[in-house]
Amino acid sequence: MHVAELTPWRAALAERSRAQSTAAQGVYIHVPYCASRCGYCDFNTYTPGEIDVESHAYLLAAAAEIDHARSLWRPGHIDTVFIGGGTPTLLSATDLTDLLRRVDDSFGLADDAEVTVEANPDSVDQHVLDQLREGGFTRISFGVQSLAPHVLAVLDRTHSPGRSLEAIAMAQAAGFEHVSADIIYATPGETDDDLAHTVSALLHTGIDHLSAYALIVEPGTRLANDVRRGLIPAPDDDVAADRYQIIDRLCAASGLSWYEISSWAKSGGECRHNLGYWRGGDWWAVGPGAHGHRDGLRWMNAKHPRAYTERIWADGDAVVETEIISQAAIDMERVMLGLRLREGLAVGAVTPDKQDQIDLEVAAGLLVRVQDRIVLTDAGRLLADGIVGRLTS
Amino acid sequence: MPLPGQTDPAMIRNFSIIAHIDHGKSTLADRMLQVTGVVDGRHMRAQYLDRMDIERERGITIKSQAVRLPYTGLDGRDYVLNLIDTPGHVDFTYEVSRSLAACEGAVLLVDAAQGIEAQTLANLYLALENDLQVIPVLNKIDLPAAQPEKYAAELAHIIGCSPEDVLKISAKTGAGVPELIEEIVALVPAPMGDADGPARALIFDSVYDSYRGVVTYVRVIDGQLSTRERITMMSTHATHDLLEVGVISPDPVASLSLGVGEVGYLITGVKDVRQSRVGDTVTSHHRGATTALGGYRDPKPMVFSGLYPLDGSDYPLLRDALDKLKLNDAALVYEPETSVALGFGFRCGFLGLLHLEIVRERLEREFNLDLISTAPNVVYDVTLDDASVVTVTNPSEFPTGKIATVSEPVVRATVLAPAEFVGAIMELCQTRRGTLLGMDYLSEDRVELRYTLPLAEIVFDFFDQLKSRTKGYASLDYETQGDQVADLVKVDILLHGDPVDAFSAIVHKDKAYAYGVSMAGKLRELIPRQQFEVPIQAAIGSRIIARETIRAIRKDVLAKCYGGDISRKRKLLEKQKEGKKRMKMVGRVEVPQEAFIAALSTTEAVAKK
Repeated sequence: MHVAELTPWRAALAERSRAQSTAAQGVYIHVPYCASRCGYCDFNTYTPGEIDVESHAYLLAAAAEIDHARSLWRPGHIDTVFIGGGTPTLLSATDLTDLLRRVDDSFGLADDAEVTVEANPDSVDQHVLDQLREGGFTRISFGVQSLAPHVLAVLDRTHSPGRSLEAIAMAQAAGFEHVSADIIYATPGETDDDLAHTVSALLHTGIDHLSAYALIVEPGTRLANDVRRGLIPAPDDDVAADRYQIIDRLCAASGLSWYEISSWAKSGGECRHNLGYWRGGDWWAVGPGAHGHRDGLRWMNAKHPRAYTERIWADGDAVVETEIISQAAIDMERVMLGLRLREGLAVGAVTPDKQDQIDLEVAAGLLVRVQDRIVLTDAGRLLADGIVGRLTS
Repeated sequence: MPLPGQTDPAMIRNFSIIAHIDHGKSTLADRMLQVTGVVDGRHMRAQYLDRMDIERERGITIKSQAVRLPYTGLDGRDYVLNLIDTPGHVDFTYEVSRSLAACEGAVLLVDAAQGIEAQTLANLYLALENDLQVIPVLNKIDLPAAQPEKYAAELAHIIGCSPEDVLKISAKTGAGVPELIEEIVALVPAPMGDADGPARALIFDSVYDSYRGVVTYVRVIDGQLSTRERITMMSTHATHDLLEVGVISPDPVASLSLGVGEVGYLITGVKDVRQSRVGDTVTSHHRGATTALGGYRDPKPMVFSGLYPLDGSDYPLLRDALDKLKLNDAALVYEPETSVALGFGFRCGFLGLLHLEIVRERLEREFNLDLISTAPNVVYDVTLDDASVVTVTNPSEFPTGKIATVSEPVVRATVLAPAEFVGAIMELCQTRRGTLLGMDYLSEDRVELRYTLPLAEIVFDFFDQLKSRTKGYASLDYETQGDQVADLVKVDILLHGDPVDAFSAIVHKDKAYAYGVSMAGKLRELIPRQQFEVPIQAAIGSRIIARETIRAIRKDVLAKCYGGDISRKRKLLEKQKEGKKRMKMVGRVEVPQEAFIAALSTTEAVAKK
């Protein structure tokens, strides 16, 4: 590889990499492939004709990106790795394990590193899960979405409800330290009972983490088209609020408490990688369309796998967008992200001119003060965007 | 060719063209300019006489013009034809009547494919009242859809002539236009007046020009007006020096004087058309006339609407713009007004809906303003129990005390339409509190319906409704016909208990409930959910007649926010905050500006033609 020229991004990164960061250090690897695209999904993912052929080029480029990153990013050690997608488990367990080894070689994994892989219940079996566990993955997160067949149908999901529970049981048998499930709620056609059944059955498996997302109709998706044409009713915010409370109640009863607006975990089951995002940590981004962050510098790789690989071979990195976050934006993000967490936000993170607003939010029952921090109430969790808007200038 | 000021009245023919929009008046005027040789082909452009962009674009004449056309007849004699253009819309009936009063003849121009329209009919009646010689003409005979025989019979029936008397022309191709000009020479009477008497001239138009000041168009009835002379406006007794007199042919040509029967312009240096009013009589200051020509009337605004700048900081610009427009528009009145919901603006009075629309469009186009206009309303005289009378031009001024009676202006409306739509028109007029005065068949399949209607019902999207119920075939004309006492109430719209002045309306008691329900329902859709429940109420005084509720917002948060979403979500929040800054606060309720516009515009009735 030729000697890379000094782009503004490289310069900004080098400046930030001179000193050892005290923030949590993560690596996010994006696998941009799915077997089929779900109607609601607007993620950066592609459905390749021949996964083996296309992923081969991707894997080589991703490996090169990780190797190259060694010279730009000196994190000390890596606390968390998260391989997300897309559907990472479309790649073989060997490929995923190789990627992880590359990260270890380049940066060094901490002894207690959390290593997560996202998985589709359809695309794993006991053998694959055993291999992943042996290869160093400590945590697995299944895209369950729902256990109600008619809800899965609206979401275009291909797996059967029973498959999700089987996959969780297999992951537990493989010995993963943490098993998580992602669900989507307030899908048109879903009832309170459908959701309650889904959550109860998942919690019954003994998972220690649940993420729940209200269905968002993202522009440009097939779902958005269907809603516009009146084929599917738009998700209702009041219904979503009711469903959120169902989830929160059932989780609490099973010993999972909320630690972020859309995340519940048993004590010790919190996703450390995601906490890094919300607490202003640093992470390196690998793969097409992945976003990285270091100390107020944010960047994004080329989105399309082909553009990404071409960039990697030409330049060593694939950065197409760089943002040096202004202090005002950093302040806003701190409020926006900090308030999402149960640990809350230090009162001092709110600017002096907005301190009075805190009292108003407390009086309105949306915030509580816990020592020198402010924390969302149950009602406040659902109205966090408005609160953030009012607490920032 | 005879010079201005030295023209034998016997050789003068003063006429105007009465026509509906799109029936080809401007094209015919263009052709006459060419046939008489006043404008040669090289300098010709379409709608030569229409000055304002809006006029040319929309094909309507807002202000009239007068052009002097020297013409050598087939008899070899030199004539002077004065074509006095008339404004073509219902709102300007008075201006039309003054233009017609300056003529001895009128060309009734009707589209051979469409037949006569209601406004044309109304103007024809005005011409007949002024004893004008009417020359019926069918235009556009070159169109495949033309039905000259049918419509000739219709015209003959209306004015009581023979179908053979109806000329058939195509202003576009020029066919029949030379014959029409000969007919004008032959039929239109020459003006008569006392050449030696004190000067008397009728003002039929008054236009502000930024270089010359006000240019006043007059028709000399008696005596003569000479340049440098001192003149008196007989309604105001104001005196001015005549800096210039002249004729338009088709560009202004100064002359020494204007004599009996002649049509031309005066310039006195005044800067405001209010000092030179349409319908007034001009006379000499020394040994002037003692009796004015009849028919002068102050312009009276009939329709009111609040105009507000979308951006509050544009208020001074709006004020300056209105001050400028006023120089050229004697009928426009306005005064500052404050709305809780819309901020600072002006309550403006207009002759009618088209006048409102034209003013609004000129403000937006010529002065680059973005405006919100409140739903148009009429003037109400409210008599209180103590016999005092309050004149209400803004619903929010409606008195709250003991009210004895409320009176509203009524109009006599004429609707012309194909007979198949009679049922639909009657139904519409019925729901608008109309009283049928009479109905006549103009021809086998065309009907004239005459109604008395409250003006308030017409300004409330009547024209759009009429058009949509008659597939666009019906035409409407109306003239004011005094006031009537009616059972009217003010409906207020309350948002979280606070009245929103912009949405108050004065409506008939029987319609108050429907108005309240529809406005409350509309606002419920338009106003975003707040942190608290917001009742929307419609009330008459303290009595609530309709209620809707905007439920409190329960969820606004986007569930997912991972590493790749942070910038996007921050930008989304920043955008939402920007949006909040544009919200208007009504009490504690945040209302987006768009909600006001949407709520007002759907009830805003603006006649398109």
